[in-house]
Amino acid sequence: MAGLPILSILTYTPLVGALTILAFRIMAGANVASTASKGIALITSIIALVVSLVALSAFDANKVGYQFLESVPWFGGSSYKLGVDGMSIALIVLTTALTPLCVLQSATSIKDRLAEYMICFLVLEALMIGVFCALDLVLFYVFFEGGLIPMFLIIGVWGGKNKFYAAFKFFLYTLLGSLLLLIALIYMGITAGTTDVVVLQNGLNPVTGALLFPPEVQTWLWLAFFASFAVKLPMVPVHTWLPDAHVEAPTAGSVVLAAVMLKMGGYGFLRFSLPMFPEASQLFQPLMFTLSVVAIVYASLIAFRQTDIKKLVAYSSIAHMGFVTLGIFAFNEIGIQGAIFQMISHGVISGALFFCVGVIYDRMHTREIAFYGGLVHRMPVYAALFMLFSMANVGLPGTSGFIGEILTMVGGFQASTWAAAGAALGVIFSAVYMLTLYRRVVFGEMTNEKLFDIKDVTALEFFILGLLAIMALTFGVFPGLIFDLTKGSTLEILRMIGQ
Amino acid sequence: MDFLADINNAVPEATLAGFGLIGLLLGAIGGDRISGLLRILAAAALVAASVLTFYQFQHPGAADGISAFASPIAPDGLYRVTLFTLFAKGVTYALAALALFMSGGFLKTAQMERYEYPLLITFASLGAGMMLSANDLMTLYVGIETMSLSSYVLAAFRRDSIKSAEAGLKYFVLGALASGLLLYGSSLIYGFTGGTGYSVIAAAPVSIGLIFGLVFVICGLAFKASAAPFHIWTPDVYEGAPAPVVAFFSTAPKIAAVGLLGHVLFVAFGPHISSWQQILGIIAAASMLVGAFGALLQNSIKRILAYSSISNVGFALIGIAAGAEKGAAAVLVYMTLYVIATLGMFGGVLALRRGGKAIDSISDLNGLVKQKPGMALGLLVLIFSVAGIPPAAGFWGKLQVFQAGISADLLWLVLVGALASVISLGYYLRLVWAMFIKPPGEALDKTDASVGIIVFVTAILMFPVLTITIQMLLETAARASGG
Repeated sequence: MAGLPILSILTYTPLVGALTILAFRIMAGANVASTASKGIALITSIIALVVSLVALSAFDANKVGYQFLESVPWFGGSSYKLGVDGMSIALIVLTTALTPLCVLQSATSIKDRLAEYMICFLVLEALMIGVFCALDLVLFYVFFEGGLIPMFLIIGVWGGKNKFYAAFKFFLYTLLGSLLLLIALIYMGITAGTTDVVVLQNGLNPVTGALLFPPEVQTWLWLAFFASFAVKLPMVPVHTWLPDAHVEAPTAGSVVLAAVMLKMGGYGFLRFSLPMFPEASQLFQPLMFTLSVVAIVYASLIAFRQTDIKKLVAYSSIAHMGFVTLGIFAFNEIGIQGAIFQMISHGVISGALFFCVGVIYDRMHTREIAFYGGLVHRMPVYAALFMLFSMANVGLPGTSGFIGEILTMVGGFQASTWAAAGAALGVIFSAVYMLTLYRRVVFGEMTNEKLFDIKDVTALEFFILGLLAIMALTFGVFPGLIFDLTKGSTLEILRMIGQ
Repeated sequence: MDFLADINNAVPEATLAGFGLIGLLLGAIGGDRISGLLRILAAAALVAASVLTFYQFQHPGAADGISAFASPIAPDGLYRVTLFTLFAKGVTYALAALALFMSGGFLKTAQMERYEYPLLITFASLGAGMMLSANDLMTLYVGIETMSLSSYVLAAFRRDSIKSAEAGLKYFVLGALASGLLLYGSSLIYGFTGGTGYSVIAAAPVSIGLIFGLVFVICGLAFKASAAPFHIWTPDVYEGAPAPVVAFFSTAPKIAAVGLLGHVLFVAFGPHISSWQQILGIIAAASMLVGAFGALLQNSIKRILAYSSISNVGFALIGIAAGAEKGAAAVLVYMTLYVIATLGMFGGVLALRRGGKAIDSISDLNGLVKQKPGMALGLLVLIFSVAGIPPAAGFWGKLQVFQAGISADLLWLVLVGALASVISLGYYLRLVWAMFIKPPGEALDKTDASVGIIVFVTAILMFPVLTITIQMLLETAARASGG
C-alpha cells in the first residue's frame, strides 16, 4: 500500500478509460466505438470502484488528519496535493459506486453518440473524484470548475427540448460563483504564500505564526466562498439553475448532478469555509439558518406545485440540501455528522429517484405527472421500489433519509430552536408532495390508454434500483457504517472552529 | 563603442531584415512562381530569429539589459535588449513562423500565392521586434511603422475582394491617426523632458506636459494592441482581411503590441506609475467589457474572434496596470498562452471551407464534431483555453493576471475581469454549442494538413502539456520580468 499513489490512480483511472474510448472513436469509427464504449466504460468504472474500495479498506478511521497524502510542488505556492479524510473518502466511494450504475443505465437508454457520451461521463467522474481528493485550493478549483465542461456537454448534447437554456444557465450561473471563489483563493494564496489546504485550515502564518486572516477579511473571503458553494449546493435564492438542468439532462446526468455534484457545495463548506474562516462562519450562522429553512419550506412548497416528475424531485433535492446546511452551521458534532450523512443518503436516494423517473421516461417519453396513473397494475415491482425510495425521501425511519434529517434537526435544535422548528415543517411538506406524487403516478385507475401495455422493470433496472435500495436500507439500519468513518473529520472540523 | 557588439544585440532583427531584402530581390526575379519557396524560407528565417532570440535570452550579457547604437544625442543607446523584450520577441517570431506555416493551403485555394506575402509577414515581424527592442521613442516609432505599414498591405492583400480592400483602407486611416497621436505625444514628451530616450524620460520630473504626452502615447499604443476604446477597427479588419492574415494579426503582432505597451510603461514611465495606472485600469476594464458584450449578438465568426481578442487584451492589461514588479511576468504568461491558443483556434476555424468558400457565420460550424471529430475536439480545448476555464492552460494565464491585479490593490479591476469572463463565456459556449450539439450541415471541404497539425499541436500544448509543466513557463516569465 505504502508509496503507491492510490488517489492519483483512482482519479485518473476513468480518464484512461475515456482516452481508450476516444482512441476507438477516432481509429475505428462511430459504430464500433459505441459498442466498445459500453464495455470499456463499465470496466473502467468498476475498476475505479474497486480501487476506491481498496482505499476505503486501507483507510484508518481512527487516525487524525489526512491520509494517502501525495504532494508534488507545482508552481508558485501551489502544489499537486491529494489526500483524504473520512468525509471525502465516503463521498468518493459514493461517486465511484454510482458511476457504474449510471454507465449501465446509459448504455441502454442513450441511443445517439454513445461513445462520446461515455467519454464525457468518465471525464466527469475523474474530475469529481479529483474535487474530493484535492488538498490544494488551486488544484481543487481546477477540478471543481473543470467539471462544468463535461456536464455542459452532457446536458447540451443528450438533453431534452429546452437544453440550450438549461445548459447555458447551468454553466454561467456556476461559473459566476466560482470566479468569486477564484479571486478569494488568489488573495489567500498571496497573503499566506501557499494554497495548501492544511496550512490554510490552521489559519496561522507558517513562518510567523500570526493569524492569517483577521475577522473582517474573513467575512469577505467567506462571502466569496459562499457565492460559489451556495450556487453549487444550491441554496435559495440561487437555486433556479438546478430544476432546469435536472429536467433537461439525461437520466444518468441527473443522477450524477443530484447525487454527487450538489455535494461539492456542502463539501466545500465543511472543508474550506468552516475551518478557514471560523469567525465569519459564526457570524453568518443566522443567515445560513434562515436560508436553510427558507430552502426547506419554500422548495417543498414549490415541489408540491410541479407537474413534471423530474422537476418535483429537483425541488425536493433543494429542500434536502437545506438540511445539509442546517446541520453544517449548527457547529456541533451531531449536526455535522448528520449533514455528512444526509449528503451521502441524499446521493443514494435522489439518484434512485432519478433512475425511477428514467424508467418510465424511457418507456413513455414524458414526465408529466398527469400522464401517468395506476402504474401499480402493470408494474408492481416498479411500484414497490418507487415506494421504498419515496418513503426514504420523506424520511421514514429505517431508511437512510430518516437518519440524516433527524440528526441535522437535532443538531440545528441545539443551536436554534426556531430553525429546527422550521425544518421540521419541511419534513411534513416533503411527505405531502412525495406521497401525492406517488399516489398520482402509481395508484388509482389506469385511464390513459397509452399506458396499457407498459412493461415492468427489466432485469437491469431491477439490479440498479435494487442495489440502491439495499444501500438506502443498510445505511438506515446501520448508520454507524458512515458515522465511524466521518467521526474523525467531524471532530477535526469542530476543533478548527473552536467548538 | 564596438560596432560589432552593437550589431550583436540586433542579430535576430538583422537576420530578418537581411532575408527580407534578399527575398525581395529573389521575388523580383522569380515572381510569384517561387512564392512557395519564399514562404518556407521566410518561416525558416523567423524560426532562426526566434532561436537566436531565445539564445540571447538564455545567455544574457552582464547587465540586465544591453543598449546599442549609443551616440552623443542618445547616450543610452537607441536599441536595447532586456529579458522581458527578448521573451516577447522570441514568442512573436515563433508565432509568426507558425502562422506562415499554416497559411500555405489557404493561399493556394484562394489563388493568393504571391511572393510579397511571406515578405510582408517577415517585415511586419521585423517591425514588431524593433519596436520591442527600442530604447528611444524614435526607434519605437520606426519599428511600429514598419509593422503597421506591412500590416495595412496584408489586410488588403486579397486585391479582388472589396471587403479586403475596405479592411486595408480602414486599418490604414485609423492606424495613421493612431501613429499621429503617438508621434504628437512623443514630441510633447521630448519638449518637456528634453529627450526621447527611455532613461531620460524616466529621470524627468512629472509635469503636466509629460502627462499629456504620456496619455497620447498610451492612446497610440492601445490602438495597436486593439484595446478599447481604440478597438473600433478590429472587428472590421478581422472580417475583411484574408483568414491567414487574421490568424497572424491576432497572434504575433498582438503579443508584440501588448509587450511593447508594457515595456514602455514599465521602463520609460516606470517612475510615473501613479500617472498611468488608473488610465490603464480603465482601458483594461473597458476592453474586457467591450469584448465580452460586443460579441454576444454577433453571428460572424471573424467578428466574434475579433471581440474575443479585444477582451483578452483587456485581461493582459490588468497585468500591466499592476506595474512592472507585480505584473510583468503575468503579462508575458497570459499573452504567451493566449496567442498559442489563439493561433490554433483562429487558424482552425478560419481554415474551414464549404464548397470552396470560407465559412462565415456560427451556423456554418454546426455539427463539426460529426464531420471532423479531431478538429472539433482540438477546438474545444483551445476555446476553453482562450476563455480561461481549467484544466486548459489559459486558466493559468488568468490566474496570473488576477494575482497581479489583487496584489497591486486593483480588486475592482479583477472583479470586472471575473464578470467579463462569465459574459464572454456566453459566446464561447455558442461556438461549442454549434460544433458539438447542432445537427451538421453540408459537408465541409478537406482542410489542409498544416492547419490540422497546428490545431493538434496547440491543443496538446494547452492541455495537458502546459497544464502540467506550467511551472517552467512561469519561471521563464519570472526571469524575463526581472530584466
